[in-house]
Amino acid sequence: MNNQKTIKNIEQDLIDDFSLFETWEEKYEYLIDLGKKLAPLDPAFKTEDRKIKGCQSSVWIHSYKKDGLVHFEGDSDAIIVRGLVGLMIMVLNGQPSKEIVGAPLDFINTIGLSSHLAQTRSNGLRAMIKQMKMDAGVLG
Amino acid sequence: MKTEGTYDVQAIRAQFPILSRKVKGKDLVYLDNAATAHKPLAVIDALVHYYSHYNANIHRGLHTLADEATTAYEASRTAVKDFVGASSPDEIIFTKGTTDSINLVAHSWGKSFLQEGDEIIITSLEHHANIVPWQMIAAEKKAILRVIPIDDNGILDMEAFKAMLGPKTKFVSVIHVSNALGIINPVEEIIRLSHEQHAVVLVDGAQSSVHLDIDVQTLGCDFYVFSGHKIYGPTGVGVLYGRRDLLESMPPYQGGGEMIKEVRFDYTTYNELPFKFEAGTPNIADVIALKAGIDFINSIGKPAIRKHEEMLLEYATAQLKDIAGLRIIGDVKNKVSVISFIIDGVHPQDLAILLDNQGVAVRTGHHCAQPLMHRLGIVGTTRASFAAYNTLEEIDVLTQALNKSLKMLL
Repeated sequence: MNNQKTIKNIEQDLIDDFSLFETWEEKYEYLIDLGKKLAPLDPAFKTEDRKIKGCQSSVWIHSYKKDGLVHFEGDSDAIIVRGLVGLMIMVLNGQPSKEIVGAPLDFINTIGLSSHLAQTRSNGLRAMIKQMKMDAGVLG
Repeated sequence: MKTEGTYDVQAIRAQFPILSRKVKGKDLVYLDNAATAHKPLAVIDALVHYYSHYNANIHRGLHTLADEATTAYEASRTAVKDFVGASSPDEIIFTKGTTDSINLVAHSWGKSFLQEGDEIIITSLEHHANIVPWQMIAAEKKAILRVIPIDDNGILDMEAFKAMLGPKTKFVSVIHVSNALGIINPVEEIIRLSHEQHAVVLVDGAQSSVHLDIDVQTLGCDFYVFSGHKIYGPTGVGVLYGRRDLLESMPPYQGGGEMIKEVRFDYTTYNELPFKFEAGTPNIADVIALKAGIDFINSIGKPAIRKHEEMLLEYATAQLKDIAGLRIIGDVKNKVSVISFIIDGVHPQDLAILLDNQGVAVRTGHHCAQPLMHRLGIVGTTRASFAAYNTLEEIDVLTQALNKSLKMLL
């Protein structure tokens, strides 16, 4: 469904959405909601060796190519991280490999989630993005 | 309910500049003291004063600054000696921290005295810092690492320990107070039983040194180790107390300046204790400032701090138990002011993020005790740990913030 929109377009939509949130609660309720709504990942893909190990939570990303575009599914055992998985899927799903690999993803700072990129949680969002970009590169 | 007696917690808080800062627009409620304690102004001032007035390398310089720095450095050693009840400052070695102290012992003692088939005993409650160095030396020496089991509440199985002890037991290294759960282990009994088998005992005091009165001679331990930053002192400085005859018998851990008596290209003789184990220029500033941390504790007195912390623990325990689905891990009587808990259906990381947004700092995760979490069948806990400067009002904030987080998550 995102086929017509570029990564930049979707990032801008999210920036617009997040700008409506006046409190931290609204922002996190959105993420939690996103986490709850994320389609469950097939347990076959939730194996130990496919796990992006975090210090505190685990993340799984399943990537595949369809109609020349890269698609993602994912999961986490923590709900906010699951929301972040959902957010990244929203932005990167169904895009060309080259676009995914080169996306600067500046929106994360703009919508005030940069703390999730901090070193202490480096195995969360940062590792997730690294994995998605790497997968996209491999899938070409 | 909310009387804090003659203990003037506000006057204590006033000594800690960081406690007046805001986090995400809210008053900081710092409940991660088991990870590191904040520093009173006296500690910060001691660092600034050293660098501004008498920065010099110690022990060998013959100028005024070197004299002053050496005097302050050695005064800190004496303060530490008194803090743990050692018989001589020579038994106090400054290290980088608890981890460094344990590595020093495992490496130096282990290298000299461990033999193939010897046994080292630790407990199921250990921090990784008291597991990995022993695994390393055990692998090197073909020694065997044995682990005292616990029950589901985290209580050590002393009968299993007794059965484990024997002539092959050469070293017993135990955590005094569990960093993950706050449980106080019966180290006196462990030391007594171990000594009956002529085993050497190290007590990991990273968590106990700040809460409990420590007298190494009464305890009877052979080594006692702790970190400066958990006792209101600076990071980067730790302590190894070792019984003199043991330290004398051990080879140096690292070679370099300061630890030598005489160096030629064909031989070197080593310096006396404690310098034998302090190779290179030490962490002078932090060692000096550590004394200010100890002075802070002594100015209130450990018993008074303990009483205050117990009141906080009791209040927080009652408050948290009212939260549906919350289970305290290690809910035992004999513990320090640490509450580790899990909540049904809630990942600790989610809690930590939402609590942080409300200004509340707690620790979540495995607390560097993965084998313990594995034994308890959990991925991790949320841990609130209280210090001398925490208040009942802060516990109310924690409870409210927890309830709000749960409302958002569930």
